[in-house]
Amino acid sequence: MNVVIIKYNAGNILSVYYALKRLGITAQISDISEVILKADKVIFPGVGEASSAMDYLKRKNLDQVICSLQKPVLGICLGMQLFCEYSEEKNTQCLGIFSNIQVRKFISPSGNFKIPKIGWDVIYQCNSRLFHGINDFQYVYFVHGYFVEKNQFCSALSSFDSFDYCAAMEKDNFFGVQFHPEKSGRTGEKILQNFLSL
Amino acid sequence: MIAKRIIPCLDIQNGRTVKGIRFEQLRDAGDPVELAVRYCEEGADELVFLDITATRENRKTFSDLVNRIALHINIPFTVGGGIKNKEDVKLLLDNGADKISINTAAVLNPPLISELAEQFGSQCIVVAIDTKREKGEWRVATHAGTRITDIPAIGWAQTAVRYGAGEILLTSMEHDGTQQGFALDITKEISQSVSVPVIASGGAGSAEDFLTVFRDGCADAALAAGLFHFGKLSIPELKSFLKQHQIPVRS
Repeated sequence: MNVVIIKYNAGNILSVYYALKRLGITAQISDISEVILKADKVIFPGVGEASSAMDYLKRKNLDQVICSLQKPVLGICLGMQLFCEYSEEKNTQCLGIFSNIQVRKFISPSGNFKIPKIGWDVIYQCNSRLFHGINDFQYVYFVHGYFVEKNQFCSALSSFDSFDYCAAMEKDNFFGVQFHPEKSGRTGEKILQNFLSL
Repeated sequence: MIAKRIIPCLDIQNGRTVKGIRFEQLRDAGDPVELAVRYCEEGADELVFLDITATRENRKTFSDLVNRIALHINIPFTVGGGIKNKEDVKLLLDNGADKISINTAAVLNPPLISELAEQFGSQCIVVAIDTKREKGEWRVATHAGTRITDIPAIGWAQTAVRYGAGEILLTSMEHDGTQQGFALDITKEISQSVSVPVIASGGAGSAEDFLTVFRDGCADAALAAGLFHFGKLSIPELKSFLKQHQIPVRS
């Protein structure tokens, strides 16, 4: 299977590459359109900041390439957020795959919750082939200061303070997870495995 | 609800895991990657690796080890020891570390924290604070605990967070290696005075110690080394004990 990890100025690419390696897949890391368009599966990772990530994608024409992909694409963390329409992080226009969906900055209504949200938390109402064989309330690893509210594309939830938000989203061949499957132990490996089996 | 984290810490010297008592008397505790994989399988939530020799010559050896760790483990990990500048941090993050911890370099030059946070993101910058009680006040120690400064630990923790620290790793030197329990008072004071997670370190000797540091010390995570390395307490035992006592832990 030809798996390509999109290379851009975001962290954690090596972590994703190694996670696939542990599953027996040697992925290609590339920012070349032709290579990405030929992939069977594409992973769009991301740790970093939305506006500089979008600038980089546009400069390399990767924004159009990503939107045109027909094969399964998995956006991780910032990757998922960039699939949305717009992010409050430096007022960034994103890819618009999850149309009209906004990425918002976390606030803690009770004031008791630390931001960014860093650590292991549960996901529930999991409703996607990505979560095949995974029961609700499994722990996965999150690191994020911006989030996406519940919406029609949601395929799993997590919670922050008193509200639920999107832990995963899905539309056609585009899958997004807010957490880091590559750092989420066995549960994360199962999710990556499910993605590779789509 | 975010789970309270259990973090085994591996001190690394010349590519091996070692463990000392009160920052001294080192004992060999095995191959770091092997040990790391074992802890992952047992349910550790995160790992910390500290290069305790941290000389310029062995920086390459350590970053190679970091790369090997990244290949083998499927949970987040932090690395530290002798980190002085952006180049050191970049090398370690490029080799797969999720976070780095800085200690002495941050005390000597606090703006370094904001430089690192801006370039790499606060979430991956852990400020480690070694602290010792002197005349009734918790002071900051530097240079692997060999120099005690006049800086109060609480004030320093707040300053570090203001500069962009994403997490505080707090080690009580007088508790470290004793297995007599964590320093609850200072852990609680710091945890309540900063907006970022606090990892308690130094003194873990039993499952009860973890319970009290989470419940009474308000720690977000707790770190231990010798207790786990030499088999006195296993992570599954510890987690089931915490769960029985209503502490949210990942299972």
